[in-house]
Amino acid sequence: MLKKLICIECPVSCELLIELSDGKVIKIEGHKCDKGQEYAKSEIENPQRIITSTVLAEKLSLKMVPIRSDKPIPKDKVLPAIEAIKEIRIKEPVALGQVIRENFLNLGVNLIATRDVS
Amino acid sequence: MIKRDLVVVGAGPAGMAAAISAYKAGVRDILLLEREQFLGGVLNQCIHTGFGIEYFKEVLTGPEYAGRFIKELKNLPEINLSLRSFVIKLNCDKVLTFLKPGQMEQVKAKAIIMATGCREKTREMVHIAGSRPSGIFSAGLAQKLINIEGVLPGREVVIVGSGDIGLIMARRFTLEGAQVKAIIEIKDRTSGLLRNVIQCVKDYDLPLLFNHKIKRIYGNQRVKKVSLAKVDKNYNEIKDSEFFIDCDTVLISTGLIPENELIEMADIKIKSEDDLNKTSLPGVFVCGNSYKVYDLVDSATKDSQEAGTMAAEYIRSLNA
Amino acid sequence: MYDIGIIGGGVVGTAIARGLSRYKLNIALFEKEEELAFGVSKSNSGIIHPGTQNSPTSLKGKLCLAGNRLIRKISKELGVDYKEVGELIVAFNQDELAKLNKLKRQAEILGVRGLKIVSPGWLKDNEPNLNSQAIAALYAPTAGIISPYRLAYDLAESALSNGVEFYTSTKVESIIKHGKDYFEVGTNKGVYKTKFLINAAGLFSDEVANLLGINDFSIKPRKGQEFILDKKKEYLANHLIFPLPTKISKGILIIKTSDGNPMIGPTAETARDKYDLSTSDQGLAKVFDSARRLIPSIKEEDTIAYFSGLRPVAGDDFIIRHEDKVGGLITVAGIQSPGLTAAPAIAILVCNLLKKNGLSLKKKLKFTSTRKKTTNLFALKPDQAKKLIKKEIGYGDIVCRCELVSAKEIRDSIRRGGRTMDGIKFRTRAGAGRCHGGFCTTRIMKILAKDLDKPLLEITKKGPGSEIIKGIRNND
Repeated sequence: MLKKLICIECPVSCELLIELSDGKVIKIEGHKCDKGQEYAKSEIENPQRIITSTVLAEKLSLKMVPIRSDKPIPKDKVLPAIEAIKEIRIKEPVALGQVIRENFLNLGVNLIATRDVS
Repeated sequence: MIKRDLVVVGAGPAGMAAAISAYKAGVRDILLLEREQFLGGVLNQCIHTGFGIEYFKEVLTGPEYAGRFIKELKNLPEINLSLRSFVIKLNCDKVLTFLKPGQMEQVKAKAIIMATGCREKTREMVHIAGSRPSGIFSAGLAQKLINIEGVLPGREVVIVGSGDIGLIMARRFTLEGAQVKAIIEIKDRTSGLLRNVIQCVKDYDLPLLFNHKIKRIYGNQRVKKVSLAKVDKNYNEIKDSEFFIDCDTVLISTGLIPENELIEMADIKIKSEDDLNKTSLPGVFVCGNSYKVYDLVDSATKDSQEAGTMAAEYIRSLNA
Repeated sequence: MYDIGIIGGGVVGTAIARGLSRYKLNIALFEKEEELAFGVSKSNSGIIHPGTQNSPTSLKGKLCLAGNRLIRKISKELGVDYKEVGELIVAFNQDELAKLNKLKRQAEILGVRGLKIVSPGWLKDNEPNLNSQAIAALYAPTAGIISPYRLAYDLAESALSNGVEFYTSTKVESIIKHGKDYFEVGTNKGVYKTKFLINAAGLFSDEVANLLGINDFSIKPRKGQEFILDKKKEYLANHLIFPLPTKISKGILIIKTSDGNPMIGPTAETARDKYDLSTSDQGLAKVFDSARRLIPSIKEEDTIAYFSGLRPVAGDDFIIRHEDKVGGLITVAGIQSPGLTAAPAIAILVCNLLKKNGLSLKKKLKFTSTRKKTTNLFALKPDQAKKLIKKEIGYGDIVCRCELVSAKEIRDSIRRGGRTMDGIKFRTRAGAGRCHGGFCTTRIMKILAKDLDKPLLEITKKGPGSEIIKGIRNND
């Protein structure tokens, strides 16, 4: 079976042609870099996304602290993760890159702040 | 009147890159003026990933991308930062007038780099007929409201235009619990990046309607509905194709325009694209989105660094 | 018990309130909207007409001429910018030239001064962008421009400082006349008693009249769509430029505005209802086509805003009269163009009607006719501006980038009655520029919320139902 995908790893947006057998990737064409290959395999076998959102701060210089997952999480976990993020509160100043939650929801990823907030 | 070798107006990605690169090229007397309270410009509200892939070979969010330059700037005390400083006037003698709370100052520069960014096209510029209720936002304003202010501008949203900000906001609204009822594009393809169609629209099964236009906005106090119609390849409405969508919010994402009013008021012209960053007045440069609207911040950074180098060379030529 | 109740807080109601506030009277003004001037007045073009376009025997013509003279004095007293830019009514052929001459004669009978027919050479020198096919124009030097809402707000402020009580968000729902003595005015906010009542309810003046059994006029809204161009085009025209008037309207004009942006319009269309302020593609096409006949270089992409207004049409002329059937009731209805110009003269006429019908008018010992002019930082000399910013740091805190409006001016406008985003915009121009609030909306919302001590969720564009945001993430 053949499947077409657009690689989302970078703005080039390569069009990938993937040959599948039993849900597994056999052959990938059309990628201009290694990332395309990794993306195609992951997107077919276990689609994943980095999540980004904001967290409420309490009495800090910003009302909202932007955050993200340091690694992608399975696509079907995105919505529950985003909901769980809405419950988090940040009460102490944080630095860009600082871990807000370790092994968030046991997904094997950390949530990190993406901006300094004093 | 204050005197400086170089004044950079705007501390978004372009202005920061230009100031740092001018420093690296030898300029030591630099004033960087920023109208907001924070450095980083619009990147601060772009909390999604997709920045830095070309420049840093890493996947970063907007604030992280800005953060790299902010950190570098803070290690260069020769670059004087002035926040909440709003330039109201530029003249041909390279004198800038700016306001900040409690102060009005004039600064004369040997060279000036304008990095004032761009603004969004409005509903008025694209001539959408109908009423003028609350609930009509530019995509960037909605982004600021959600990501910086932590408020939700609407619950049932129709997005006009499929540019990148519109697509990103379709996902953002969805994640914040609002319903994106349609994304409307008059052309037969998206004007944003394909990767954003995948990860912002397809991932969430949002309706992206090509060859459609918005005809009219309804509602006296708050947006109540919009009417849409199909168009042919010349963008002419196809007869009897009009239909309605109930919504409380219309997001306009139909493009960006460089903000160059200060330069225009000084009667300075921006040169053509082959004359990168240059204006009709030697020593006055323009970079970043105020020079031209870039698809990627990475490219804006590179071109703005060039502006910094050019300003340094110009100052050197004066001293020679 | 009030001596006078005024229904309607547009430019007519506020002019009457201010006119009457020089007498020893208890006066109340009721406005159904959250802010004054949110009805017909907010979409007025801001033209102070010289009196060239109304018959010399009409109330419109007489009050226009009188108002044109009064507005100079009032704008000075109130510190509202009034610019006498003059108007041109343009003719393109001999037939139209004949009509110009007729207009001129008529206006001279009315008493309009300084009129002259100008030649193509004059037009080329003084209005270079005008269509070169124009063969002549009627020049009226006494035409001017003013901000219609700032005039209304400043009239109201002057009235307020002289003791008038203003009730906004107060909709009159019932009126009962008790014998010869007084009216009982029922509103959503309570019942008020008043000896005399003035109906200046604009589009709704027929409905107010009906409450007291007056049914001999009705208001048929006539829509006008207007398109505002970028301030960069400020010098597109040097005068107000009109085509020859038609039977129902003055045609589509090139309007200079007191804020610098040229405006083109208005259309004249029968509106479906009194709340229909929509604009249409057809309106846009018509306005641009007609405007280009006057100034061919006008471009659609210079549009930064557009809106519709509704003229409260009640027939050919204004209706300003004492209702003998309901003693003590003064009707001021059908005030379409030139209503803004006429407003101060209408106020005097209403005073006279009240006096004639039994109200005793005694002047107050102290009437404050002047008002401190609202500060515009950019109208000051640089060293004055510098001093002011040092003293009042908020003047240096620019909120609206396109129109250069500071946090201090926004706070002042709230102190002076601004309650909504539109109210702030009309008063200060914050949000009225080319980015249309894209940059400053969040900041203005936050200032409004803070200074009015209201949650952000309750901040509106133009009153209840027009809240800006739908939800908020908060620590609770």
